[in-house]
Amino acid sequence: MKNKQIIWKHKHLIGLRELSREEIEHILDTAQGFEEISTRSVKKAPTLRGKVVVNLFFEDSTRTRNSFSLAANRLSADVIEFTQKSSSVSKGETLLDTARNLEAMGIDIVVIRHSAGGAPKFLSRNINASVVNAGDGYCEHPTQGLLDVYTIRKMRGSLEGLKIAIVGDIAHSRVARSDIYAMTKLGAEVILVGPPTLMPAKVEQLPVRISYSLDDIIGELDVINMLRIQFERMGSNPFPSIKEYSHYFGLTVERMKKVKKDILVMHPGPINRGLEMESEVADGPNSVILQQVTNGLAVRMAVLFLVNQGAMTKQ
Amino acid sequence: MEVLLSSDKIADCITALAGEIVSKTTRADKIAVIGIRSRGEILAKRLGDILSKKLKTEVPCGTLDITLYRDDINNPQGDSQPVVRSTEIGFDIDEKIIILVDDVLYTGRSIRAAMDALIDLGRPKAIRLAVLVDRTGKELPIAADFAGLKVDLPADKSVQVNFVESDGKDQVIVT
Amino acid sequence: MAKSVLIKNGYVIDPANKVNQKANVYAVDGKIAEVGKVEPKADLIIDAAGKLVLPGLIDIHVHFREPGDEEEETIASGSAAAVAGGFTSVVCMPNTDPAIDDATSVEYVHRMGRQTRKTHVYVMGAITKDRAGEQLSEMGFMVQAGAVGFTDDGSGVQNPAMMLKALKYASMFKNAVLAQHCQDNSLAGSGVMNSSYNSTVLGLPGIDPLAEEMMLWRDIQLVRKTNMRYHVQHISTARSVELIRQAKKEGLPITCEAAPHHLLLTDDSCCDYDTNYKVNPPLRTDADIKAIKQAIKDGIIDALASDHAPHLKSEKELEFLAAPFGIASLECALGLYIKALIEPKIIDWPQLVSIMAERPAKIISVDKGTLGKGKQADITIIDPDCEYTVDVNKFRSKSKNCPYDGWKLKGKVEYTIVGGEIRYSAQERASAD
Repeated sequence: MKNKQIIWKHKHLIGLRELSREEIEHILDTAQGFEEISTRSVKKAPTLRGKVVVNLFFEDSTRTRNSFSLAANRLSADVIEFTQKSSSVSKGETLLDTARNLEAMGIDIVVIRHSAGGAPKFLSRNINASVVNAGDGYCEHPTQGLLDVYTIRKMRGSLEGLKIAIVGDIAHSRVARSDIYAMTKLGAEVILVGPPTLMPAKVEQLPVRISYSLDDIIGELDVINMLRIQFERMGSNPFPSIKEYSHYFGLTVERMKKVKKDILVMHPGPINRGLEMESEVADGPNSVILQQVTNGLAVRMAVLFLVNQGAMTKQ
Repeated sequence: MEVLLSSDKIADCITALAGEIVSKTTRADKIAVIGIRSRGEILAKRLGDILSKKLKTEVPCGTLDITLYRDDINNPQGDSQPVVRSTEIGFDIDEKIIILVDDVLYTGRSIRAAMDALIDLGRPKAIRLAVLVDRTGKELPIAADFAGLKVDLPADKSVQVNFVESDGKDQVIVT
Repeated sequence: MAKSVLIKNGYVIDPANKVNQKANVYAVDGKIAEVGKVEPKADLIIDAAGKLVLPGLIDIHVHFREPGDEEEETIASGSAAAVAGGFTSVVCMPNTDPAIDDATSVEYVHRMGRQTRKTHVYVMGAITKDRAGEQLSEMGFMVQAGAVGFTDDGSGVQNPAMMLKALKYASMFKNAVLAQHCQDNSLAGSGVMNSSYNSTVLGLPGIDPLAEEMMLWRDIQLVRKTNMRYHVQHISTARSVELIRQAKKEGLPITCEAAPHHLLLTDDSCCDYDTNYKVNPPLRTDADIKAIKQAIKDGIIDALASDHAPHLKSEKELEFLAAPFGIASLECALGLYIKALIEPKIIDWPQLVSIMAERPAKIISVDKGTLGKGKQADITIIDPDCEYTVDVNKFRSKSKNCPYDGWKLKGKVEYTIVGGEIRYSAQERASAD
């Protein structure tokens, strides 16, 4: 069996900002190979048999955690669930101590979600296991970014030239950032939409367009990705009321009358029905939200497989 | 470099294989052909076409990617890295007589991986192995049921099968 | 202790007395007796050929963590670090645990400083009780106990009415100065680095420069009304510099200081989430550094102060969001200023000595920073061209949280003399290490 020249050399997946277009496409191609496992009767492959994957989640998240668990299980890995509410504070064990303790038990991959941007990078510098970022602060959520572009690629063949809007709390969204990096690297044009109070500092330095009005640009879009309004992350209200926000930035049935017929409607979930989008839109024919979830599984399997390979590649 | 089989000889072999398969299989109606990526896939398609003509019925044909089942997946040998591609089997393998097809049978490890993969996909009635070249050097107790050419080679020699579809011409060489 | 000291063949730079030439310095009984071509007999003779002889350097912004966090630093270890860095006087900040907000704590720090017999240890007391920003602390008693000024450093006084009250009240005390860590908390939010493109891609909450500029602007209006002496600590933005420039033009009694990291590092350094670069006010941009350096050249900045902030390794070994703010650089501060200001020829030596000795002394109203006749013999002798490599493991400070480890700096401290006594010598250190 002839093998291609090595494209993936990384032991960790910390973010998409530092990956090349080629590397991102390699992950997507690999994910395609894993999709089939979920359609069989025995939904397993022995690829990570004997490997230990730890889900180190310092933030609430059933959906991402379950997705990673299932992905690891499908590859026959052993999974340890470790959830903790607080991050490093003098009251509890520091992040470093937690990781080192786990490593002493013999683990291969740590999937970490943390409220501090940079926590996965910090971990990767201090432990030997592979680190996969499942979301760090406002920094990145690489597997979400990957499954988003995977979904678009699957539906449209390629992202080249597509106009994609990301709507919502961009300032506090790691999904937005990962999406921006992946989508622009694959050739799409990204438009960030939201009120000025929800745009991050110096956002104009990112390779994106910005619009404070959804209606102004909705007609040109090929894909629209609605972000979750995260009340827990925002602090003092950046907009006066939910009603006003949904009026200007919600994806309503009315607004859907102005879009391209084959527009893809996406959402990282969980949806605040009535806030980011109306139920009819979430459940409508343009919505690929459930496909995102299914694809998420294949993408995460691919990621676990690849970082494991990367760990064994001569650095 | 020594040519073991030329283009014509390859065609003859495949035809002979198809003939043997048909004559030795009692329930020919249950035959399905599955090729192991990547050259086994090409061989399987050719075999499948000939079988379909002989049996006057469409013989189901599929492709198996065994990357995830390789026993060296966590013990990389050398500088290369396995690349995962999809398995494409568009039919139910339960109760079928699977003709598993590969270009060369050597150590037997690929076939072991393929069998594990097939078992995870369903429960075939039987698995029969058909290869173009059966060479010495087995490391596992696996034997071909149908072989185009049997050849005795020392460990330092390797057999390479080229197909038009993948390499530009049909030939089997020893290097 | 030697009764008389003669430092000969050195190059004396004493801007207060307009001395900038080769000269000998003669001190008797801990006081300067003569500076010039003298060569009297002396108990201790130091040959300072090729070296610069300066009035003892003064750092008006350090954190010695005593009382409360003695594992990080004590007055003893901090003082040892100070003299190793060439500083004969330092001013301790009151954000200890408990805060230094009454006469007893001020006396405590003074006593510990005296006992250590290294550098002079001065204290700024807290403006408000427990630095909580709600009630005035006993500034009068603290002045009596020897406090040289007041600040709630670590935080700024948030409430404008409170700050106005503090300025009015403190104006009773002739020599006290009110210093401010300018930071409007509502604008700073939960920020941990400069609010910029970097904070956006690193996914960290940012501290808007407005947080500093807003409080500075506010305080300038309050100073105008009260005419109380006011000192801006660790200024970090170009706009802050502009505000101060305007205020000085107007003749308001405002002074300010700058820290070494705001002369040398930008927020690009945070890209690896290395917590040694986490500091408050945060590292800013090249434009800000340029503006501060220009202000130093124009004489707008009155003092250089290290804001020495020691932390334990275990405290800094956390994710960036959670680690404490602070850089400990007392021992290499001089080298850093030389690198930032002398080497690129932004200012000359007399100007540097002025903002490291003469003017800081004036801000805290102490009779130091000069080599005038009859003044305390606080003297720093340095080799301006000797290059050394910063090695945090050799720091006298208990804490090693310093991003300059491995940097090659010039300006090695040869002797630090306090009151005519050698409190640090490079030779002694070389044999001890």
